[in-house]
Amino acid sequence: MAKKVFDDAVSALEGFLFDGMIIAAGGFGLCGIPETLITAIQSSGVKGLTIVSNNAGVDDFGLGKLLTTRQVAKMVSSYVGENKEFARQYLAGELEIEFNPQGTLAERLRAGGAGIPGFYTRTAVGTGLAEGKETKEFDGETYVLERGIVADLAIVKAWKADPYGNLVYRKTARNFNPMVAACGRVTVAEAEEIVGVGEIDGDAVHTPSIFVTRLILATENEKRIEQRTIRQEAA
Amino acid sequence: MAWTRNEIAARAARELEDGFYVNLGIGIPTLVANYIPAGMDVTLQSENGMLGLGPFPLESEVDADLINAGKQTITELDRTSYFSSADSFGMIRGGKIDLSVLGAMEVAENGDLANWMVPGKMVKGPGGAMDLVAGVKKIIVVMDHTSKDGTPKFRKSCTLPLTGANVVDMLITDIAIFKRPSRTEPFELIELAPGVTAEQVRELTEAHYVEKIAA
Repeated sequence: MAKKVFDDAVSALEGFLFDGMIIAAGGFGLCGIPETLITAIQSSGVKGLTIVSNNAGVDDFGLGKLLTTRQVAKMVSSYVGENKEFARQYLAGELEIEFNPQGTLAERLRAGGAGIPGFYTRTAVGTGLAEGKETKEFDGETYVLERGIVADLAIVKAWKADPYGNLVYRKTARNFNPMVAACGRVTVAEAEEIVGVGEIDGDAVHTPSIFVTRLILATENEKRIEQRTIRQEAA
Repeated sequence: MAWTRNEIAARAARELEDGFYVNLGIGIPTLVANYIPAGMDVTLQSENGMLGLGPFPLESEVDADLINAGKQTITELDRTSYFSSADSFGMIRGGKIDLSVLGAMEVAENGDLANWMVPGKMVKGPGGAMDLVAGVKKIIVVMDHTSKDGTPKFRKSCTLPLTGANVVDMLITDIAIFKRPSRTEPFELIELAPGVTAEQVRELTEAHYVEKIAA
């Protein structure tokens, strides 16, 4: 078995980080984000990053950590509304943002990982986000050309992994992680649990091992909740 | 008298049909879930990768891995399935979702929708709204009829950047309801909130529409 399991995040990222690189990160809001790897990327001091992620974390957590230290030059995201430091840097012209419709972002990552350099979608036709992009008519409808995304490094969070790098996600923590895992030239995964060989049913694998270059046991699993919303027990 | 947020949500819920798959936006649209008629089979989709949303959890049930698109904690049902964001937007873009209820800043008489940015202010991003209006079979917008300073929000054309062009099928405001038979026909005024007159609606609306209030 090729050795994929590394001792910690620093060794798993060794040789993969360089200034100005594109990093794709899994997660939706703060759900299913690779907390351990984000901290290690922050500590590495790598800068000028383009980060492809649906959201940008919050001020002191998730990808917000990399904004605080000014390591990010550009975000490619669909929604960044929960981050005050992000707003400050953006309005001061220190940070570039490329907004993508959420489904277009998911498909760009999927396409990039699947060897598809571009695809046509109806989403955003007639809006500012389609301006300057090639369009084409299919069956009387207008579609806009969007490019696949291939990242220099992809980082994902799994619930369970086996030593081969097969990954299983849990509930809505799956979100962007499978496409992100596939779109990296190299992919580093962190898992809440690494189980033994054969302990994951092949039918239950969400990300097959081929997409995972290196794997670590996650040491940061705070899993902060953005909107804790509860109902009261019926009397 | 204008409808309340809950009354708007309850009215939108009357557009639900048995067997519908539905995506609800953030804010008033989320309240629609509270008014699904008893016995009606409606499955809610959340674009972060879940079909079959249950109610908010009890304190003891809170699970950080289980949230809706508004990042609120949620519960699952016996019918629930989970999938990736790509599969989720495949359902949306692929026309599998029957109905979406969304909020808005402006709607135009040609069905254009603006609900994602105000130039010069901090831009939060479109999230999944552009994909929803591009792919969902029927789009209902719920919003206040005018902005806080009294400016009509149902307009001849949108002044704000668009979320989608010619995508709105029905508009429920706090004083009136407009619907159109197809996306090539004008909106029709079909209902008024209690005590609101057709003339009052005319004064507070910039868009052209056809009055079809039952006498």
